[in-house]
Amino acid sequence: MNFIRFITGSIKIIFHGSKTYYAWLILLLLLIIWGGIGYSSQLAHGLIKTHMRDSVSWAFYIGNFTFLVGVAAAAVMLVIPAYIYDWKPIKEIVIFGELLAVCAVIMCISFIVVDIGNPLRFWHMLPLIGTMNFPSSMLSWDFFVLNIYLLINLFVVTYLLYCVFYKKEYNKSIVLPLVLISIPMAVAIHTTTAFLYNAIPGRVFWNSALLAPRFLASAFCSGPAILLILFQILRKTTKFEIKDEAIWKIAELMVYAMFIYLFFTIAELFKEFYSDTENILYWKYLLFGIGEHKEIVPYSWSSIIMGCIAFVLFLIPKTRKNFLTLNIGAVLIYASVYVEKGIALIIPAFTPDILGQIYVYTPSWIEIRTAIMIFSLGFLLFTFLSKIAIAIVFEDYNIDGIRSKKQRLPE
Amino acid sequence: MKNENSRRSFIKNISLATFSALALSGCNTKAFDDFLQQNFKTLSKKEKDIIIKNLGIKYKEKYGKEFHISDKPAIDGTLFGYALDLSRCVGCRRCVYACVKENNQSREPQIHWIEVLQMEKERGIDFAHSTAQYNPEKVPEKGYFYVPVQCQQCKNPPCVKVCPVKATWQEPDGITVIDYNWCIGCRYCMAACPYGARHFNWGEPDVPVEELNTEVHYLGNRPRMKGVVEKCTFCIQRTREGKYPACVEICPVGARKFGNLLDPDSEIRYILENKRVLILKQELNTQPKFYYFFGI
Repeated sequence: MNFIRFITGSIKIIFHGSKTYYAWLILLLLLIIWGGIGYSSQLAHGLIKTHMRDSVSWAFYIGNFTFLVGVAAAAVMLVIPAYIYDWKPIKEIVIFGELLAVCAVIMCISFIVVDIGNPLRFWHMLPLIGTMNFPSSMLSWDFFVLNIYLLINLFVVTYLLYCVFYKKEYNKSIVLPLVLISIPMAVAIHTTTAFLYNAIPGRVFWNSALLAPRFLASAFCSGPAILLILFQILRKTTKFEIKDEAIWKIAELMVYAMFIYLFFTIAELFKEFYSDTENILYWKYLLFGIGEHKEIVPYSWSSIIMGCIAFVLFLIPKTRKNFLTLNIGAVLIYASVYVEKGIALIIPAFTPDILGQIYVYTPSWIEIRTAIMIFSLGFLLFTFLSKIAIAIVFEDYNIDGIRSKKQRLPE
Repeated sequence: MKNENSRRSFIKNISLATFSALALSGCNTKAFDDFLQQNFKTLSKKEKDIIIKNLGIKYKEKYGKEFHISDKPAIDGTLFGYALDLSRCVGCRRCVYACVKENNQSREPQIHWIEVLQMEKERGIDFAHSTAQYNPEKVPEKGYFYVPVQCQQCKNPPCVKVCPVKATWQEPDGITVIDYNWCIGCRYCMAACPYGARHFNWGEPDVPVEELNTEVHYLGNRPRMKGVVEKCTFCIQRTREGKYPACVEICPVGARKFGNLLDPDSEIRYILENKRVLILKQELNTQPKFYYFFGI
């Protein structure tokens, strides 16, 4: 009963907001409808509506999935520095980090659902009622860890908000162990996703032990970038207090991550180009194109350039501590990692294909629209959840207010 | 903890409701049965018989043709192997089209289980410099040789290892098969296969009704649906009845050999004994049962 009141109370919040809030919701809804119509055409006619074919059998959808696993992982890993450096609002950082993780994991699973040929057969993957190929298939591992991660985060964040809502002290012996589990789980989901690709010896582009470390490093660049901006917005619009020092610290940690990422990538490139074996073909396709086929070269170089600019902006203390350049850097690194995971990670592994034939892939409009649909859904969910969290944590929206019915709903 | 319970039961009810709603929406009971059908490998003989009977009725309704659907299991003491004579193959691609016809592959979008690669003699077997798009008036072309590639029926198949739902497995006679009704279409197997042997039904497969082969095996050439993966099964519907695969029969130069690796008097054993064979991408430890050799 208490829980139902918490839910109804939360639902009430999401329908109360300013004009800008409603405009944002309408924009997202329009994007969802526009994307959804595209996706329905894929549902009706099959994946032939994408530009994937037998040669390039995984592409944009799986790339987006990989990127979002990184976001989900990094959002929670940020709890470690928050704890070590004793940033004041640790509870709030946990709440917003885990909310972001929940939304990102749901988006990940959506990208898998739109990528598979028979979404209705999804239950075949479940243990007991289906025949899950565990522990042999890395995909069932990934599915398994992602779901556990989702459940843990969903539980912790709901429980914390529920306690604040009822003005109760949360039970540390429940929350602390779960948060402590969710941190290694964050590492685990991204590592497992890297192993998913890594475990395929036939695809030499992925068959490098550096893949998982590179994944983690890049996730530590893109995930905190979102939170960095989110924290600034929260600080401006709510009672959320986070010191400048904490934000600069996040930025400093991101510089380390970027440096490690850059170093790993250079190590990989050196090995491939100096060895000059036939495996270099995939890297050549990524960076220079093969013959006339240069379709993904602009993507890879824009990712590299954006990443390098962000690195410089974050590296120089003056630009790191200036909020304008800091935010530009955050957007650039986010975009850079998005292109790297979305396009540059998957497509070169399939071009040339496994028998040396070249099929040029670029995403179709249906794929782009479907991706926009999922991103809009994710943003919508995140908007709702943060709205609830903001009201409960910062605006004293609680059970007393509902009982007395006097309290005005927060805008 | 009380709250926890109510939440859990809430989630349970919701998921059950969604599940049934999803399953029932706009479907008749047959589609519902299809939806609930279990992995073929886990079914009893009786359950398999019912499924096959219903499938026959379904095909009759859909194509207006009587299908003979077999689910004949592997014969004891057989392990199928294949050998292809690179010195004889002329790259005519008759095997490709015989395979398409025999195994009811989709004509539009086009699916070929065999891909013939043209390679330069000077380079040897070099996939990166090969082409599947050769189109001269007459084959073979001077300076080139031809390497047809299809499922290599690995002893250590990476595709089986990665499938998240066990929809593909290796039969006792060494043929790797797929349960098309269980495949979720994730295409992990296609990423894992080093021979490009697995093909996906990107759209609704289209085979002209008059060209349908009605002699089918449940795990082989029965008509497929969109969104599932398919592959060469050494013509399981033929070879388990003691016939040669269609590609072996059609080959005009006799480059294709097939037989039981466990039979010491078979032609395939003779080739392994007397010719020097090679396998593709042996460094990946997939251990193919598809051998290439030089007969002349």
